[in-house]
Amino acid sequence: MQRIGVFVCWCGSNIAGTVDVQAVSEALKSEPGVVFSTNYQYMCSQAGQNIIRDAIAEHGLTGIVVCSCSPRMHEATFRKTAAAAGLNPYMVEIANIREQCSWVHKDMPVGTEKAIILGKAAVAKVNLNTPLTPGETPVTKRALVIGGGIAGIQTALDIADAGFPVDIVEKKPTIGGKMAQLDKTFPTLDCAACILTPKMVDAAQNEKIRIFSYSEVAEVSGFVGNFDVKIKKKARFVREELCTGCGACTEKCPQKKVPNEFNLGMDNRRAIYIPFAQAVPKVATIDADYCNMLKNGKCGVCAKVCAAGAIDYKQKDELIEEKYGAIVVATGFNPISMEKFDEFAYNQSKDVITSLEFERLTNAAGPTAGKLLRPSDGKHPRTIVFVQCVGSRCASCSEKGKEYCSKICCMYTAKHAMLTRDKYPDTDVYVFYIDVRTPGKNFDEFYRRAVEEYGVHYIKGMVGKVSPEGDKLRVQASDLIAGKQLHIDADLVVLAAAIEPDKSARPLATMLTASMDTNDFFTEAHPKLRPVESPTAGVFLSGACQGPKDIPETVAQAGAAASKVIGLLAKDKLTGNPCIAHSDEMMCNGCSSCENVCPYGAITYIDKEFRMPNRTVAVRRVAQVNPAVCQGCGACTVACPSGAMDLRGFASGQIIAEVDAICK
Amino acid sequence: MQKVMRDVLVEKAVSLLSDGTVDRVLGWKRGEFSYDITPAVFESADKIRDDFVWNEFCGANFSKYLVAQTKKTEGKLLVFLKPCDTYSFNQLLTEHRFDREKVYAVGIPCEGMADIAKLKAIAGDGISSVESDGGKLCVTTVYEDAPVAVDAGEVLLERCVNCKSKKHAAYDELIGEEGEVLESGRFDEVEKLEKMTADERFAFWQNELSRCIRCNACRDVCPACTCEKCVFNNPASGAENKAAANSFEEKMFHIIRAFHVAGRCTDCGECSRVCPQRIPLHLLNRKFIKDIDSFYGEYQAGAEVGSRAPLVSYTKEDIEPSEVFDGRE
Repeated sequence: MQRIGVFVCWCGSNIAGTVDVQAVSEALKSEPGVVFSTNYQYMCSQAGQNIIRDAIAEHGLTGIVVCSCSPRMHEATFRKTAAAAGLNPYMVEIANIREQCSWVHKDMPVGTEKAIILGKAAVAKVNLNTPLTPGETPVTKRALVIGGGIAGIQTALDIADAGFPVDIVEKKPTIGGKMAQLDKTFPTLDCAACILTPKMVDAAQNEKIRIFSYSEVAEVSGFVGNFDVKIKKKARFVREELCTGCGACTEKCPQKKVPNEFNLGMDNRRAIYIPFAQAVPKVATIDADYCNMLKNGKCGVCAKVCAAGAIDYKQKDELIEEKYGAIVVATGFNPISMEKFDEFAYNQSKDVITSLEFERLTNAAGPTAGKLLRPSDGKHPRTIVFVQCVGSRCASCSEKGKEYCSKICCMYTAKHAMLTRDKYPDTDVYVFYIDVRTPGKNFDEFYRRAVEEYGVHYIKGMVGKVSPEGDKLRVQASDLIAGKQLHIDADLVVLAAAIEPDKSARPLATMLTASMDTNDFFTEAHPKLRPVESPTAGVFLSGACQGPKDIPETVAQAGAAASKVIGLLAKDKLTGNPCIAHSDEMMCNGCSSCENVCPYGAITYIDKEFRMPNRTVAVRRVAQVNPAVCQGCGACTVACPSGAMDLRGFASGQIIAEVDAICK
Repeated sequence: MQKVMRDVLVEKAVSLLSDGTVDRVLGWKRGEFSYDITPAVFESADKIRDDFVWNEFCGANFSKYLVAQTKKTEGKLLVFLKPCDTYSFNQLLTEHRFDREKVYAVGIPCEGMADIAKLKAIAGDGISSVESDGGKLCVTTVYEDAPVAVDAGEVLLERCVNCKSKKHAAYDELIGEEGEVLESGRFDEVEKLEKMTADERFAFWQNELSRCIRCNACRDVCPACTCEKCVFNNPASGAENKAAANSFEEKMFHIIRAFHVAGRCTDCGECSRVCPQRIPLHLLNRKFIKDIDSFYGEYQAGAEVGSRAPLVSYTKEDIEPSEVFDGRE
């Protein structure tokens, strides 16, 4: 029989406000096994913990129940308290009477009754608890960063800087991500490439960093400290180790009509290409969709002009298997599609463009060599209308937009407007906005400069319709402050499209068993206190895959994710969770149901000899659980038709005892 | 017809035994009554010639017997499998319950087995012999001088009325022509139950299950029930003999059993065939099968060896629990 102590926490008034804590500790006193029961204002405080310690010593407690907040909050605290007093930490049970009781009830008698029931369930469970000892698993000292934008690059550099090897997997032929496509950066107006490309080069030259460009994560198994990852290196039909990046092939390739995705299709590239001059790795890639040699075997020009002999038309996708201790997701964002926004005539006129397209139009390495020219006729636009919040901050019922604020659009639009007025003072620039949001260092000053020094016309109101008329774009809008309708004949309309997580994020989240919110942004382990960790141990978040971010925020988060990874990789061993599955060999019939459902591959089968009556021996196939691999999810225990599989700490008998206690 | 087939099976058994392919034969022999046919292991040609039976009462599914029989010796065992039996055979192989190497499986055709209770309802009690003659069964009773002719099709077992397949899912050798998987009306009764109100359905099962005498015949015959130790025999399970406690738990026995075999039940119908109280236990299993089919796509347990049952495999296309719940409204 256990000797159980019950400790009811008031949590100030958080619990005591709607639960009669005195009544709870009194009621639980008469539960089977309970020899001591008390309540205190803050059980988690030093004084509260001392009450627990003293009671363990004084009453010889073999198990304790703390009726307090969620175990996510303080289970670890009370386990430590128990361990310090010489009690096995797994003899501690938490009855969550805050989140699951006092916070959801307003009525004291109801809350009190429920708290007593929850306490009884915990007591019933502790009665069946047994001391558990966690095992240890080694840590693979290598990190994987998925995504090679500024977030991934910064995370990789910081991890490598601490001395740990790190691999970057980037699905595009080059690292650099969205930042490589930007012209200037707010609010300092430094050139994006000038601050990004040195980091790309650093990453390439760092001997701790391997870059798998044009590659994707194909499969992830394992667990924190011991992930097994399969990386698919897509065939680029160019041998990376031989290609010198001279670019001869990209000049001679006869297939000139391939839309250039780096310039968002505003000009063309060849079928063999290097995305941009500072690409890392600077290696050519053949676009199999357009290459005549790959499609019908008629060409082969690139192989002829390649002095290094790097062209390999027979190259196949390659699968690389590697072990990692930690995984960082840095899959970034994309502007949403403007297909559904017919009111802005994006599909009808080439002169209605997105902000990212505007970046390329003003970039010296862009399709117009940095001259701001209209895509339709190459003329200099005299009147430009910027529309903010296109697809951001939409009503929840809206089918084409997002509910959230994309966060970066106010600032880049101010930047675009300012730079346009600076370079082309003869241009009229209008910005239509719902609100201007500038909560960042030097952000509001920057926006006010655009209005006050550069004479950008900021108009509060939304654009209702853009219609192409002749070579003009007729913009109908409302000025909410003046309370009137406006008609502007614009030469160029720039849409600040909302941003969304990259499409690759969702299948990746499934592979990583990492959770996502309804918008497909990765969920952090705690929104305030653990912002760069995913709830899945060993999986970390960097950059816009977690939520819209500008560059400084992304870099800060990238560094934070790196520090978490370094903290993990610095450990030689991880203490495991002792609440894992085990098989009762006397009951197991070897049916493989558990093996089929185990997501971690922790279950194997052996043929085992059993002594039977009359000195006979029977050989039976029975399941064995690898304690280092099992994560204690419990899937096997419900799949087992014989009831041979059970989970330590959460045994079926314990769960049923809890249910019985609740239903009594 | 049955007599001809009986001779074919005897010859097959004798030849496989004499050429050493197998050292034992799992077949049927007569029990107390002529319609009481029971499984038997034969070890000699003489015994086979004398006692081997094949008629419309050979309903017993031999698959489960292989679990214990293959452990007994190192030799091979000949087993005759009707089409429906082969599904249980495969399912047991999927669950690694017997050694395939120790079994020589002969697939045999089946025209449907007779339900003795249905026969008695027509021909009366005291049946002394039943002779098969074309599509008729000639029944002699101790009370009447003249035999009564009963249409064989009228007295088929429920599982044969709703036969799901005349095609064998496994065999080493096949006797006769291979049949087809059939479109059966086996879910019609389930649909009727689904259309009832919760109260009506409760009353229906209350009535059926209240007759249970906990003889455990359904569990003992079930090819999916091959646990080393059944929860109902395990004092540590907390469910041992629970059915005796009160009438509610009596019902739980069958519901727990249906849950335990969910996704693994091949719908062989043995549970209902052997139930001395004629409780339609197959309806519980069929409800699970029907739900699994509609939630996860059609799945026949035992159609092939090694298939992953929907309940123990995860795909991204799996139905969301909320959709399952809403579907019940």
